[in-house]
Amino acid sequence: MSLIDSDRPEEAPPAAKIVVTRLNAYFHKFHAIHDITLSIPGARVTAVIGPSGCGKSTFLRCLNRMHEHVPGATAKGSVVLDGVDVYDPAVDPVRLRRRVGMVFQKANPFPTMSIRENVLAGHKLNGTRLKDPAALVEKTLRHVALWDEVKDKLDQSGMSLSGGQQQRLCIARVLAVEPEVILLDEPCSALDPIATARIEELIDELKERYTLVLVTHNMQQAARVSDYTAFFYMGDLVEFDRTGTIFTNPKESKTEDYVTGKFG
Amino acid sequence: MTTATRPSSAPPPPHRTLLEPAPGERLRRFRSRFFTALCVLCAVVVLVPLFSIFLYVVARGASGLSLEFFTGLPQPVGEPGGGMGNAVVGTLILIAIACAIGLPTGILAGIYLAEVGRGRLASAIRFIADVLGGVPSITIGVFVYALVVVAMKRFSALAGGIALAIVMIPTVTRTTEELLRMVPSHLREASLALGVPEWRTSLLVMLRTAAPGIGTGVMLAVARIAGETAPLLFTAFNSRYWSADIDRPIASLPVQILTYATSPYKDWQAQAWTGALVLVLLVFCLNLLARLATSRGGKGR
Repeated sequence: MSLIDSDRPEEAPPAAKIVVTRLNAYFHKFHAIHDITLSIPGARVTAVIGPSGCGKSTFLRCLNRMHEHVPGATAKGSVVLDGVDVYDPAVDPVRLRRRVGMVFQKANPFPTMSIRENVLAGHKLNGTRLKDPAALVEKTLRHVALWDEVKDKLDQSGMSLSGGQQQRLCIARVLAVEPEVILLDEPCSALDPIATARIEELIDELKERYTLVLVTHNMQQAARVSDYTAFFYMGDLVEFDRTGTIFTNPKESKTEDYVTGKFG
Repeated sequence: MTTATRPSSAPPPPHRTLLEPAPGERLRRFRSRFFTALCVLCAVVVLVPLFSIFLYVVARGASGLSLEFFTGLPQPVGEPGGGMGNAVVGTLILIAIACAIGLPTGILAGIYLAEVGRGRLASAIRFIADVLGGVPSITIGVFVYALVVVAMKRFSALAGGIALAIVMIPTVTRTTEELLRMVPSHLREASLALGVPEWRTSLLVMLRTAAPGIGTGVMLAVARIAGETAPLLFTAFNSRYWSADIDRPIASLPVQILTYATSPYKDWQAQAWTGALVLVLLVFCLNLLARLATSRGGKGR
């Protein structure tokens, strides 16, 4: 895979997994994101970039309705996942979040749980019975390339791992509940370059089976791992296109200024 | 790049050697030593009553410790021997009743304040809990007398347990709330984002993470009610017999100590000291048990 995937410009746009229409989000009276409309393609990595405070994390948190857990936060508009508006009153956010998993900026394994329990956390906390938990733990940890590092200490606390390992454990925890979409909120911002590279490899591998949305303040990272890129500025979606186009031939001058480092 | 050479228009001040004291240094050092000494002194002053109470209780009470003290019933004046077995058991029963009522109520109320409650109802509950925590325990005893004892038409262990539960609820509620608030919110988000419902998140993630601290708070509350006398005087009353019926009057160590200590008889006074020692040891053992239980829970097993 090349750095910027302009090598397949002929590819027809894949079917949209999530269609966002006129999405607005507020914190009390503060209007954080304005009228966002875009389609997130399935089985691809979509990066959301922009300067700090531009609403990219808020946008991400609207996709699995985590936004509304902040006191005073509200959202308007529609986010259609596989034909169903997740803001429909009949949709239970709990059910939605089992299909749309999330990885946070700070690795947050549960401190009271062992590594094994952390992987199974989604099932354990929901009280679901598993036929073969050991197999699920191994399969998931292998998937995030953590198995060889932790297989002898599955009963130790998840907090005993390094930052990068903790973040992979958190990704494993999300994968174990078999979501369809994975939202990543600056997953590498607290990691060193080697740990970052491993997470990026993992993202590249995951996109075969999952739809990924990656918020990042690191433009190189967006260019390296994403297929599509959305550029947010001051709560507006400035431009959304193939990553290659955004970084080499953007339509908006603001996008060009940002990706060439003139501001932000 | 902003790391250009620093502007150096003014000549730098002459360097003082490190061996030469700076102005005011001697005073600063003196102040530092003075306040350190003051803190140490106050820490000692705090420990003095604690240790002297313990030593005094041991000195006066240890001689009366015997198996009979734990197995025997109070004897009439003048007859040697006897014990406070019924009061030891009674105290344990009262603590059990109080915990059965007070812990679930207090902990769930704490969860409500920390996780669910917003706005005026929550701040009203918080305020009432704080006020209730400051109400003299004898008032609570009178209240339970009017509400339970009068209605049941007799003193009972149940009434005593209810009174003790009311004494412990404010502490348990506020400790639970404070400790839940200290759990980082990213853990709650992690759980919610895995599709775990809020109530399960509160119980299995937030409460579990805060459990060791809440355990300590609960133990403080239990230690407090174990020694409460006033709320029991008109509720559990006292009994000279073995009793495990919760709808009958029941003996308790604090009330028995009060009765014996205020009596004019030497034998009884000696037994009161032993009772006090047993009460201290009882609280100590309960503390130890809770420590062991919560420290194991904290490791995730």
